Amino acid sequence: MKKKVFSILIIALLLLVSCAKKDASQPSDEVRIGVAQDFDSLDPHHMTAAGTKEILFNVFEGLVKPTPEGEIVPAVASSVEKSEDGLTYTFTLRDGVRFHDGMDVSVNDVLYSFRRRMDGKDSAAKLASLSVIESIEANGNRIVIRLSRPSNEFLAAVMNVYIIPQNCTDIESYPVGTGPYMFKSRTFQHSLELVRFDEYWGKPGKTEKFVFRILESPDALVLALQSGAVDIVAHLSSDQTKQLDSDQFNILTGSMNLVQALYINNAEKPFDNVLVRKAMCHAVDRKAVIDLAFDGYGIILGTSMFPSFAKYYVDELTDYYEYNPQKAKDLLAQAGYPNGFSMTITVPSNYTPHVNAATVIAEMLREVGINASIQLVDWGTWLDQVYTKRNYQTTVTGVSSDNMTARKLLERFGTTTGNNFTNYSNKDYDRILAQALAEPDDAVQTQLYKALERNLTENAANVYIQDMADLVAVRKNVSGIVFYPLYVLDISTICREK
Amino acid sequence: MKKAGIIITAILFLLAIAGSIRTPYSHTAVSYDRLQGPSGSHLLGTDNFGRDILSRIMKGLGTTMTVALLTVATGALLGTLIGAVTGYYGGWVDRVLMRFNDAVTAFPTFLLALLIVSLVGPGSKYSVVIALSLVFIPGFARVMRTEYASLACRNFVISARLMGAGHLRIMFCYLLPNTMRVLLPALTIGFNNAVLAEAGLSFLGIGVSPPEASLGYMLSESQSLIVSAPWYVLSVGLTIILLVFGVGLIGEGSRADA
Repeated sequence: MKKKVFSILIIALLLLVSCAKKDASQPSDEVRIGVAQDFDSLDPHHMTAAGTKEILFNVFEGLVKPTPEGEIVPAVASSVEKSEDGLTYTFTLRDGVRFHDGMDVSVNDVLYSFRRRMDGKDSAAKLASLSVIESIEANGNRIVIRLSRPSNEFLAAVMNVYIIPQNCTDIESYPVGTGPYMFKSRTFQHSLELVRFDEYWGKPGKTEKFVFRILESPDALVLALQSGAVDIVAHLSSDQTKQLDSDQFNILTGSMNLVQALYINNAEKPFDNVLVRKAMCHAVDRKAVIDLAFDGYGIILGTSMFPSFAKYYVDELTDYYEYNPQKAKDLLAQAGYPNGFSMTITVPSNYTPHVNAATVIAEMLREVGINASIQLVDWGTWLDQVYTKRNYQTTVTGVSSDNMTARKLLERFGTTTGNNFTNYSNKDYDRILAQALAEPDDAVQTQLYKALERNLTENAANVYIQDMADLVAVRKNVSGIVFYPLYVLDISTICREK
Repeated sequence: MKKAGIIITAILFLLAIAGSIRTPYSHTAVSYDRLQGPSGSHLLGTDNFGRDILSRIMKGLGTTMTVALLTVATGALLGTLIGAVTGYYGGWVDRVLMRFNDAVTAFPTFLLALLIVSLVGPGSKYSVVIALSLVFIPGFARVMRTEYASLACRNFVISARLMGAGHLRIMFCYLLPNTMRVLLPALTIGFNNAVLAEAGLSFLGIGVSPPEASLGYMLSESQSLIVSAPWYVLSVGLTIILLVFGVGLIGEGSRADA
């Protein structure tokens, strides 16, 4: 008898659960997105994690903001004027821009936001790229900024000065911005909810509400997609996407916007010999690396720049070194290593894509007589030994640019640059780099940047591999994902078909 | 039962030895034949880099067995020494050493191994051996101490002492052979734990470095391919199970014999 009651109870419970699941089926005006990590801070001036910036891009705006085409357009400002000498920028405040709390944006809010990122009272909010600002003042509804020297990266820096209200006291708990979506609630380690801001100055968001579910394990993300708990997950591996039912999901391919390469410590023997580096470039079949370790997803690169920066990208460098093991052997012999040599590839163990790429690269190097072994280290050791102390031979990693300029990708190969972890040192490069950084004219600067890319390729600074693919799984009835040349997810265009 | 254990273990052992001499394919060679199911040319199929799984298992078995054997040997040797000294002498030596032993035991084993690997420097099978042997010492020490303590006051020990045998001689010539009843099963259980611990450490990515193979590392690689290449995870998992099972049977058998 007891058993019977028990089993009836169980059945009732099961029924209830299955009903509950049906009830929880999503309202048409809500889209759920799975993210792999919690948000480090909701204060737009404090956030540092790429995954946080990616999402809060929808909540906060600067005077200017990026477009999917890689341009910088006015946002909270309605227009930007640059003086002849490139030293004065005048931003005109857009009429009728409101904060999520309903207040109008005033010039004082703008000044407050800039000062918070500049004056260093709040050291976490200080933005080094704003150090070119000499003075900032308000003039009616205009903000006039004077620079100490011309800088083509200045607007990209302004993009990161998210405008927040001057009277806000606890922006971390109650984030208020001007973006198309506003903060509704947050549960630590679990979720974040954003809802549409109906008084947005620009094109309104298409969907009423977004829920970001934090699922820290890669398997949990896939399971959540399969079970219907989330509709979109970005940054998946090709293995993960293979587990998804292709009747239910579209897999979109964007790019990670980073330069994955076998980075070489140019100061270390035998890599100080340019012939050895050229041999390595000829020895690695980049297409095979992408096919074998990335299921064919990825864009082959030949220099420290990716195609989504179309303005700066030099296409003909991609195939500068064709795959040719015999040529590699000849070059090695010419360099004095007819029997090859041994080397180590140091890879951070938590980055599977880099470990996988290194696995294939090591095999290819072995074909031409270079006995490459892989050393896995944890992320902390990698940062300390490889990136900071430059105590390594070669490594596989990705280098990115978090603002929309070529500078970050190229400046790091200057002899005296602090983060030049490859120890690349080339007189021509340094000369052109100095010229490029001082150049006020954008077109001339672009040409100089291209010359830098050419220099890196011709001297085989590193074995450039690819811009890794960013795979996004999207439920079939959801559409509107737009890729940016930045690490952001624009939710304003995403909607569920009814 | 013991016979079955010996047969299973011997087959795996031969496979590992064969692997160290020659494998059907190079265990690191990548190819475009990716994620192929078992077939005539690849008996256990290929993995996501197009490497032959059988060749990798043969190599991996060698790595894993070496790690496990070295770990158990070191752990048992040092553990027996500590157990013998503390059990035989008793007194303050016993109290100090065993409290220290307790402290190490109280610390979660896996965390301790992780800590040691990151201190020694990850990415080599020898750092895994060092970490695991240190973790395995307390277990052996405790088992051996109990055995030594219970044997130390037996009549044959007293008579040996009366005949003028030294402490060392008594400990290792008279007492050690009598501890085999517990030492042998402890060795086989230790071996199995070491296999699983190596699998665990490599699974977390701090064991051997790719492209080398170890059973644990292969298991972690195959994890994301469960759906697309089930033969991969199955063949690696079954090998680990067989190894643990075979050695376990031997241990069971020798306990019954002793």
